[in-house]
Amino acid sequence: MVSHRNVYLDYSATTPTDPRVLEKMLPYFTDEFGNTSSAHSYGRRAEDAIETARETIATLMNCRASEIIFTSGGSESDNLAIRGAAWSRLDVGNHLVTTPVEHSAVTRTVSQLVAFSDFDSAIVPVDKTASVDVEELLDNCNERTTLVSIIYANNEVGTTADMPRIAAQLRERGILFHTDAVQSAGQMTLDVQALGVDLLSISAHKFYGPKGVGALYCRDGINLAPSQTGGSHEAGRRAGTLNTPAIVGMAEALRLAYEERDERLAHYTRLRDMLKDGILEKVSDCQITGHPVHRLPSHISFVFEDVDSTRLLMHLDLMGISASGASACKTGNAEPSSVLLAMGYAPELAIGSLRLTVGQTTTEEDVAYAIEGIAAAVEKVRKLKRIVS
Amino acid sequence: MSGGVDSSVAAALLVEQGYDVIGMMMRLWAEESQDGKGHNRCCTPEQMNDARRIADKLKIPFYVLDTKDVFRDKIVSYFIDQHRQGVTPNPCIECNRHIRFTYLFENAMALDADYLATGHYAQIQQTESGAYQLEMGVDDAKDQSYVLCVLQQKHMARTLFPIGRYPKTDVREMARKFGLPTASKQDSQDLCFLGDGDYRRFLRDFADDMMQSGPIVLKSGEVIGEHHGLANYTIGQRKGLGVTYSEPLYVIATNPYRNALIVGTRLDLGDDRLIAKRMNWTSDNVPDQPFDAQVKIRYKARPVPAHITPLDETRVHVQFAEPLRDITPGQGAVIYDGRVCLGGGIIERDSRFTDN
Repeated sequence: MVSHRNVYLDYSATTPTDPRVLEKMLPYFTDEFGNTSSAHSYGRRAEDAIETARETIATLMNCRASEIIFTSGGSESDNLAIRGAAWSRLDVGNHLVTTPVEHSAVTRTVSQLVAFSDFDSAIVPVDKTASVDVEELLDNCNERTTLVSIIYANNEVGTTADMPRIAAQLRERGILFHTDAVQSAGQMTLDVQALGVDLLSISAHKFYGPKGVGALYCRDGINLAPSQTGGSHEAGRRAGTLNTPAIVGMAEALRLAYEERDERLAHYTRLRDMLKDGILEKVSDCQITGHPVHRLPSHISFVFEDVDSTRLLMHLDLMGISASGASACKTGNAEPSSVLLAMGYAPELAIGSLRLTVGQTTTEEDVAYAIEGIAAAVEKVRKLKRIVS
Repeated sequence: MSGGVDSSVAAALLVEQGYDVIGMMMRLWAEESQDGKGHNRCCTPEQMNDARRIADKLKIPFYVLDTKDVFRDKIVSYFIDQHRQGVTPNPCIECNRHIRFTYLFENAMALDADYLATGHYAQIQQTESGAYQLEMGVDDAKDQSYVLCVLQQKHMARTLFPIGRYPKTDVREMARKFGLPTASKQDSQDLCFLGDGDYRRFLRDFADDMMQSGPIVLKSGEVIGEHHGLANYTIGQRKGLGVTYSEPLYVIATNPYRNALIVGTRLDLGDDRLIAKRMNWTSDNVPDQPFDAQVKIRYKARPVPAHITPLDETRVHVQFAEPLRDITPGQGAVIYDGRVCLGGGIIERDSRFTDN
């Protein structure tokens, strides 16, 4: 029962920090510990590091450095984008539009604005692949709509949205477009001009950077009311002393992701497809969730009939296989994922979800072990279900 | 693992003895409170965190098993239904029967576990013939063999009770020694699925139909007052009846078919026999002869001498040497030979009060 192999297939949850990234970060914990706000040499050197990082990221995202705001991660970026833009555009309107497959950092920010202040919102339905229909999106917007937020690549089912097409329509109507690109960063293009977005959130630990740091792209000319108030850091848009080592690390991690993009994506795609083919072949009564083609290269997700993912993950964990269900199930509260329900899956099928995401150090042996393990675990869980219910 | 002292020490002992241990907590049904959050006493977020912290400290995997549906169906519904039928069920016995030693047991076995271990105060011994025996825990005050009378050979072959051979004081001491944060926690009391420990309030909230007032009658059939719902009373109860009579009156039975509370004098109270149904024999074999043994009729009662006559596969007749005052239909009648638990059943309603 004790595993002798550890296979991590949860890179969408988080990635390890690349040692090359860590090395770039280390001096800023000790020797170069200055506060960017200080007027002395320590402060200047820290500021130089931060601004260099900002320029690096801006170049990779095809925007100006002034358009990058550093935050504590993806959730804060989403909060700042939505709350900040919604508040500052109250003179224009008070209507926000999202989809039912957003990250909770988006949905709960919107629902809090609706609950505690004078906003209302619309949720655009998605199809069976978690994709939004542009016509349907526009039908849900009105003259009071100030902001639309649509996830770039879905964390649960991997589906990627057609950003340029959506962006063009929204721009024509003067509606701001935010995207949560937390899962996309490191795999999909972040060229904000090509994407056409106005606001875009990323988080470093999803692309081999450190945890606790992220960024928000905010197109010049858009006012953001700070959701975290205090000092005038980040041009008054985000208060708080800047986390120099983490920001330096994020820039290096994103730079490496672009530099090595072709090899990484080829590696991800190959192993992901091995996983997909192997599981479809070895496991009966299972289907892929999310879009079959327009999806993250590292990401494959399934639903299994007659399986609950809480139990499946427990069995996999004991085999040394670290994976994820669609929803958080640490509490043993086996609720079907709201994303899968919104995609039209029946609750009894949605409860049997599994997400596998590969990374840089995943090997063919890992994948082969995982396929065998998953097939065996699904069989056990199904057999158990026949016994106890 | 509940996050409490007993299961934590049980896990720590097994780790110390070199077992590969997997921690599991069952997420049970939670009573909804007005703020919409579950508020039963077990598996609160705090207890879940406590259990997880202990597992982390012991460096063992820890999982929470979704047990809500089966617990609601098999235990909570049963509890309400039995009260509706005018009996006082023992949900802990049913929980061991249907939840721990069926649902949890099968889940553990599906993980290829060799044993299911729990923090119960009871012991399992293997006799020379290879059969397993259920024995009382060494701490008489804490012994839980009563609620484990549903165990069968197949369970005992794959069950461990690591703390059954220690007194509670030693277990608390071990918790301290192992550095477990639960060393000074209070013992849990009452039924785990009640938010506040008040089962009458629970029944009012969840089954108010059974809280209908009805007659208080003497054995003779004479109506002498009105009760406020049968579930508010227990066998042997004297206080709170709200009737005046020439001598003290006690609840001696209920008749749910007529919604009547039957009372009598001290002399009417008590009986020297009972019939238990749904019998389980821990040996897996129904005895073919009547025999003398000791019987416990409540979790906290002392075992008393009795003569046992098996009636069929699932029922026994128990004749006590002395009358007992509080034989309560729905509670377990658990049979012992010294410290060995031979089995147990559920006390049937006394048909004398409901036949007509």
